[in-house]
Amino acid sequence: MTRLFASLWIALRALMVNKMRSALTMLGIIIGVGAVIAMVAVGTGAKQRIADQIASMGSNLLIVLSGSSTSGGLRFGSGTVPTLTVDDAKAILNEIPSVKYVAPTLGGGAQVVFGNQNWSTIINGTTPEALEIRDWPIEQGRTFTQQDIDGAAKVCILGKTVVDNLFGGIDPIGQIIRIKMVPFTVIGVLASKGQSTMGQDQDDTIVVPLTTAQKKLFGMQFPGMVRLILVQATAPEVMKDVENQINDLLRQRHHIQPKQDNDFSVRNLTEIMSTAEQSANVMRYLLLAIASISLIVGGIGIMNIMLVSVTERTREIGIRIAVGAKGRDILLQFLIESLVLSLIGGTMGIGIGVAGTLVLSKFTQWPTLFSIEAILLAFLFSGSVGVFFGFYPARKASMLNPIEALHYE
Amino acid sequence: MDSLIQVQDLVKVYSLGEVEVQALRSVSLSVERGEFVAIMGASGSGKSTFMNILGFLDRPTSGTYLLEGINGENLSRDKLAEIRNRKIGFVFQGFNLLSRTSALENIELPLTYAGTPTSTRKEMAQKALSEVGLKGREHHHPSQLSGGEQQRVAIARALVNQPAIILADEPTGNLDSKTSEEIMGIFQRLNREMGITIIMITHEPDIASFAKRNILFRDGRIVDDHKNSTPAIAGGRTGEK
Repeated sequence: MTRLFASLWIALRALMVNKMRSALTMLGIIIGVGAVIAMVAVGTGAKQRIADQIASMGSNLLIVLSGSSTSGGLRFGSGTVPTLTVDDAKAILNEIPSVKYVAPTLGGGAQVVFGNQNWSTIINGTTPEALEIRDWPIEQGRTFTQQDIDGAAKVCILGKTVVDNLFGGIDPIGQIIRIKMVPFTVIGVLASKGQSTMGQDQDDTIVVPLTTAQKKLFGMQFPGMVRLILVQATAPEVMKDVENQINDLLRQRHHIQPKQDNDFSVRNLTEIMSTAEQSANVMRYLLLAIASISLIVGGIGIMNIMLVSVTERTREIGIRIAVGAKGRDILLQFLIESLVLSLIGGTMGIGIGVAGTLVLSKFTQWPTLFSIEAILLAFLFSGSVGVFFGFYPARKASMLNPIEALHYE
Repeated sequence: MDSLIQVQDLVKVYSLGEVEVQALRSVSLSVERGEFVAIMGASGSGKSTFMNILGFLDRPTSGTYLLEGINGENLSRDKLAEIRNRKIGFVFQGFNLLSRTSALENIELPLTYAGTPTSTRKEMAQKALSEVGLKGREHHHPSQLSGGEQQRVAIARALVNQPAIILADEPTGNLDSKTSEEIMGIFQRLNREMGITIIMITHEPDIASFAKRNILFRDGRIVDDHKNSTPAIAGGRTGEK
């Protein structure tokens, strides 16, 4: 124990003698560890955001979109012309056992007015199941009743962004707003969901009963039609089956001949998101790999300086061996020196990494996430770098011939 | 009783590439406890090689060397380090102190490697320091000390672990004659009062005259070995305590 403390003391003193050199050597490790911490924080943040978005979208979600229709040889994009009906939605729910909820939806952009404020937003006419599917709670007020739907009541539920823009601090529940000049009573406010993967503000929306949307807002052109149907499957494993079954069912219901194209499309958003998640993961490892390289370069810097230090202190090593230092005493002395260098560098690197990440996320608005594991790992890794790259110079020092070392000039 | 040092037919051959250099050609010698021996000889006479072997810093090519009956021949490097640490004190021509390290810490160095607890270490180092008359210079660094003072620190370092023998390699080689005499005074007193055995290399006859026995090396052999019936007495500030 006495020997260990003595070695630690000797190492610290030796590092203090060459302050500038020690600081520069540490810089390599500082940058390395800082880079690892920052890159992992950025990567983990991105991954976490995608995971949150997947959760916010609703689990096991399939979207059946209307269109594409062909009109005189001209093909339109998905959803341009409504081809789906409320009955299609009911058929999906009733005939496919693995379907939990369906929510036929009709919507579009509209100008909304409250008092002297007005705002342009997306109106979604749908059923209360849509909120279940998307796991979207009501923060204030209530959702639609069967009565609202049957009677095509002029009631609406507002997204957070709409509330913020129309009502500056006024309680929106019970207020009357005008959507396309039609007066609606606000009965509820949705909890905030934030941005979607594509960067859309999901809270910039108004939900109204489907029947109301069909009769009062959008349905005039194509009565009984809906633009899309949200479908929630019972489990992630049955998603593919459900997708195929919806395809078969709707082709049959729409009388589509075997060689004809579908007049609808089924999208598995969860699948798309998982792909995004995987690529975020790949990105994360790539960032970590690049950052690790700088840590290794920092380690080589330590080795370089330790070799110089051993050569410079040949005479000192000779004196120590002559008065009774054993090989492991010398080995330990230099190993501790490089370990101290790398651990101090590692500690400072953690500080710099954390600070750098905070600055980065402030200026770029990137989501970042620190994990204790990553910080601990970076610290341990920097220690290992110190031992690994310090070992060769330390061993070289411990093997010196005392007679030659004592006469070294 | 065995002699402190017993050397029998010691041979050391260096091979420098193709050429073989015979540094020692069959040296035999014994040194008793309490002796003060000066080894003389021109450079290349083998006296330094002999000292390195006596100090367990080098191994002989053939022949035997026993220090207090211990044969280092089959001992490991670390075991030899332990023997040096316990039984031998070194004093070099160039002082060989650790720079940027205080006098006291330099003296503590052998004790550090012996695993002596800190408090005991400080105490023993203090004692050795006053033994060489440097009380009050504990925290001076080598660069703040004169050559003579540095050599005294080195002697204190050699003394501190209470060795069986002090090996001094040209201890006055870098000092002026007055300071040299002071150092000799310290050696004589340590030898006389503490009974410490000293073997010293020198090429100056006046320095050798302070020792009780003079040995002359030439071409790797001992050519003269005689007791000095009336060693010179070092005067001046020596022996102060």
